[in-house]
Amino acid sequence: MRFGVVVFPGSNCDQDCFYVIKDILNQPVKHIWHKDKRLDNFDCIVLPGGFSYGDYLRTGAIAMFSPIMERISEFTRKGKVVIGICNGFQILLEAGLLPGAMLRNKNLHFICKYVYIRTENSQTPFTNLCKKNQILKIPIAHNEGNYYIDEEGLRKLKRSSQIVFRYCSREDKTTSEFNPNGAIDNIAGIINKKGNVLGMMPHPERSSESVLGSNDGLLVFKSIIKWLESR
Amino acid sequence: MLKAEIYVTLKKTVSDPQGSTIKHALASLNFKEVEEVRTGKLIAMKLNLKNKKEAQRKLDEMCKKLLANPVIEDYSFQIIEDTT
Repeated sequence: MRFGVVVFPGSNCDQDCFYVIKDILNQPVKHIWHKDKRLDNFDCIVLPGGFSYGDYLRTGAIAMFSPIMERISEFTRKGKVVIGICNGFQILLEAGLLPGAMLRNKNLHFICKYVYIRTENSQTPFTNLCKKNQILKIPIAHNEGNYYIDEEGLRKLKRSSQIVFRYCSREDKTTSEFNPNGAIDNIAGIINKKGNVLGMMPHPERSSESVLGSNDGLLVFKSIIKWLESR
Repeated sequence: MLKAEIYVTLKKTVSDPQGSTIKHALASLNFKEVEEVRTGKLIAMKLNLKNKKEAQRKLDEMCKKLLANPVIEDYSFQIIEDTT
């Protein structure tokens, strides 16, 4: 399956995503420069983490106007698969490809640590290898991960099973104690209504080898490959 | 030449962790009269325009397209004659 990893000025998880896809999963992968005006024939595009454009104005706000984003919008309209991780998630929100917005973490700290997330929807291109409610250990590293959406928006997300991951404890408690950043309803990841665009704050590429403390992140990448192969 | 000052603030319904932290800090300095603190951004610009109406229209467009995120933020602005 042909993967593309977009590189914005300030992206810093692009190499990690590239490495996991190429060296751990043995899939063809290319970097995509943010100024590219056309997209090769990809099956899945990754918007990686980092600090695109230095997070100036708002996280993801400037990246949304990179020439490649127009192509990525088209790509999603065709039903193709896009995953935005951390800053990639923030860009998808700013671009309106996912609903809601990000606020500063509730405690105002940059948080970098392993967290547990519960798979709320295992029927997506990104989670089909997870069991329903499976708990994954995946790290977060962000300053703006406090996901916000208004009440009506939240109801819509719930109604269409668009909440894919929620922060929880190792024992599956989803109380505020286990919500690292203040995100509404402990939301860690959502998909669009069509189901082909996922945004998640935790970094699956940083937890794809057991030597790093967890390889649960591989489930996300392997689910994408399985889903694409079944098409 | 016109000057513009644009204020971007979080909506009333959106919590402002920076604002509440500043409020606590002020309280610890004994400024007990502070009831609420909200933070925001000030964006100042010079415009190559003479007509205030046109400036208003352009600024509105800039705020909607880029300067504010309508999901979480409100904006307002004032336009000033640049006499410098």
